[in-house]
Amino acid sequence: MKGKILLAILLAGIFTLSLASPLKIAFIFVGPINDNGWTQAHYDGGVLAIQKAFGNQVQIKYIENVPEGSQSLSVLRALASQGYKLIYATSFGYMDQVIEAAKEFPNTIFEMCSGYATSTNLGEYFGAMEQARYLSGLIAGAMTKTNKIGYVAAYPTPEVVRGIDAFTLGVRSVNPYATVHVVWTYTWYDPPTEKEAALSLINAGCDVLAQHQDSPATIQAAEEKGVYAIGYDSPNMGQFGPHAYLTAPVWNWAAFYVPNVKSVLDGTWKPTFYYGNMADGLVELAPMSNLVPPQVQKLVNAMENEIKSGNFDPFEGPIYDQSGKLMIPAGQRATLDQLLSIQWFVQGVIGSIKK
Amino acid sequence: MKIKFEKKSTKPSKMSIFISSLISVLIALIFLGFIILSLGDDPFEAYWQLVSWAMGTVPGLIQSLVSMMPLLFTSLGVLIAFKMKLWNIGAEGQFQMGAFAATWGALYLFPNIHNPWVMIPLLMILGAAFGAFWGFLPGIMRAYLGVNEILSTLMLNYVAIYWVNYLTYGPWKGAGSYNFPITAKFPQSAILPQYGSGGLNFGIIISIIMAFFVLYLVKYTKFGFHLEIAGDNLRAGEYAGINVKKLIILAMVIGGAISGIGGMAEMSGVLFRLQPNFSPGYGYTAVIIAWLARLDPIATIVVSFFFGALLVGSQQLQLFMQIPSSLINAFNGILLFSLLASEVFMRYRIRVVRS
Repeated sequence: MKGKILLAILLAGIFTLSLASPLKIAFIFVGPINDNGWTQAHYDGGVLAIQKAFGNQVQIKYIENVPEGSQSLSVLRALASQGYKLIYATSFGYMDQVIEAAKEFPNTIFEMCSGYATSTNLGEYFGAMEQARYLSGLIAGAMTKTNKIGYVAAYPTPEVVRGIDAFTLGVRSVNPYATVHVVWTYTWYDPPTEKEAALSLINAGCDVLAQHQDSPATIQAAEEKGVYAIGYDSPNMGQFGPHAYLTAPVWNWAAFYVPNVKSVLDGTWKPTFYYGNMADGLVELAPMSNLVPPQVQKLVNAMENEIKSGNFDPFEGPIYDQSGKLMIPAGQRATLDQLLSIQWFVQGVIGSIKK
Repeated sequence: MKIKFEKKSTKPSKMSIFISSLISVLIALIFLGFIILSLGDDPFEAYWQLVSWAMGTVPGLIQSLVSMMPLLFTSLGVLIAFKMKLWNIGAEGQFQMGAFAATWGALYLFPNIHNPWVMIPLLMILGAAFGAFWGFLPGIMRAYLGVNEILSTLMLNYVAIYWVNYLTYGPWKGAGSYNFPITAKFPQSAILPQYGSGGLNFGIIISIIMAFFVLYLVKYTKFGFHLEIAGDNLRAGEYAGINVKKLIILAMVIGGAISGIGGMAEMSGVLFRLQPNFSPGYGYTAVIIAWLARLDPIATIVVSFFFGALLVGSQQLQLFMQIPSSLINAFNGILLFSLLASEVFMRYRIRVVRS
C-alpha cells in the first residue's frame, strides 16, 4: 500500500515536471527533408504538423541523412541521453538499433516506422498504402491503350510487393487484359537509375507508369515520352510532368503523429503496432489531375468510399498468384501478418521476386 | 615563365611531416569553418560540438571507440599496399566481403558449433580469407596483366556491395523478419565479448593488436623491408632481386585479409547481422586515415580514433545545429587534398624558371 502511494506521488511529480517543460521530440530521417518523397512526407506530417498542433508544449529536433546500421545507434543514444523523451525513427534499417536503444533507455518512448518489433517503450507505425495503390491501379487499367503498364520498383521488400499486388488487382478489376511489368532498380532514391528503368518500360510499350521510388524521375521520363505516370509519397511530384501526371498514392503522416504525440502528452501512450489506412486519413490518393476522364474519377471516388467504409478490401479473395495457385480463398481477406510478409505476385504481374 | 618541380635530395624530417599533417588538418578545419559560416552558423560552436561529446564524455568516447574499430582495420588494410605505392582503395569491398563471410559462417556453415572458442576463430579465418580473395583479384591482375589497381579495387567495391545487397534482399532474407532485407541474428556463439551496454566489444582490442602486428610486419620482417624498397623505386626493387609480382600480390592479399577481419569484427562485435548499407563508407575514409598517419601503424590507431570521434561528432553537429552531417565528407575531401599537396611540397622544390 505504502509503495503504491509512493509510486503515485512519484508519478504525480513526474507529471507536473513534464507539464513544466516542453516534451522533447526527435526525428531521425534516412534522407534529406526536401526529397519530394518519403522523408519530406514525414517532415511535413511530423515535424511541421506537430509544431502546429502543439506549439510550445513540444520542442522538436530532427536529424537528416542518418545512415542505417551502427551509426544510427550512436545518434539514438545521444538523443536519449540528452533528454529527448519521444523519438521517431523513420526507416526500417534502424530497427535493430532502435530495439537496442529502447532497452538502454526504458524511460524514453521510441516509435519506429515500417519495422515490426515492439516492446514496453517501443511502438511501430505504418499504413495500408495498398488501399491507395489499388485505387491508382483502377486509373491505370482504365487509361492504358496498349494494355501494358510499367512499374518502377525499388527493392522486393514486402512493402513494395504489397503495393505492386494491390496496384495490379486494381488494374485487372477494370481491365482483365492488362499486365503490369515490373523493373527493379535496387535503390530507393537514385534519379538517373529510376529514369533509365522508366524509359526501358516505355520502350517496351508501356503507356502508363507507376512507381515505388522516392524521386519524380519516372514522371519526368513519362513527360518526355508522352505517356502517363502515377507518382508516390507526395503530391509535389505532379509539378514534374504536367502532361503525364495522373495522381499519386500519398502518405499523410500527420494523421498518425498528431494523435500519437497527444497520447504521450496525456500520459495514455501505449506501445502498439499502428497500421493506419484511408479511413484514418493516413493514406490518401492525391487529387486526380484533369487528364483522368470524369467517369474514371467517379469510379475511383466510389471505390474510395467503399474502402473507407470497410465494405471493400483490395486483398479480398479469391486471389491467385502468378502460377495460378489460390492464395486467398473467396470471402476471406488477407491478414495483417500475411500482408506484412507478402512475397508473391498476383496474376497479371510480369516480373519475379528472387527467392 | 614556367613552374618547375625538382625532387629534393633529402627525405623530409619527422618533424616537418608532423607539422605538415597538422597544417593540413588546420586547413581542412578552416575550410569547414567557412562552409559553416556560409550556412549562417557559428563555426566555433560547430568545432565545439564536433569534439565536446565525442571526446569529452564517457558515452561519447565509447561511441568513438566503436566507430574507430572498422576504420582502424580498413586503414591498416590499405596501409600495407600504400607502403609500396600500390593504390589499394578496395578496403570497402574487402570489408564487406569479410562481413559477408562471417555471416555465412555464423548462420549457414557452422550451425552446429556452439562453442565461441571454436566459432569466433573460424569466422575470423573466413572473414580474412574472403577479404584476402578480394585483394588477391586486383593484385594478380596488376602483377601479371598490368591492370591499374585503382580502377580494379574501386570496381570490386561495388561488386561486393551489390553481392551483400543481393543476399540480404534475396536468399538470406531473415527468417521471422517479415521478409525484410536483413539476415537472421547471429547465434550467441558467434558474438564477440561485450563490455557494458555502450557497444564496447572485444573487436576493438583485436583492432589495436592488429595495428601492432602490422607494425611488426612492416618494420621487422623481410616482407616489410621489401615493401619499403619497392615503394621507393619499383625498378630498383627488381634489380635488388625482389620478386615484385609476388610482393604486389602479397601486399594486396594481406591488406585484404585485415580489412576482411574488420568486416567480421563489425558483424560479430557490433551489428550481429548483415543488412544493406551497414557501412557508411569506412573503407574510403580509411584512405585518408592511412595518409594522415603517414603509413605508420601506431599513428593509425590515433588517427582512426580521431576520425571515429569525428563521425560521432558530426552527428552532434546535426543534432544541435542542424548542419548536415554530410559536411564531414567535404572535410574529409579537403583534408586528403591538402595532405597530398603537402606531400608534393615536402618532396619537391618548386622553382619559377624564366624562359
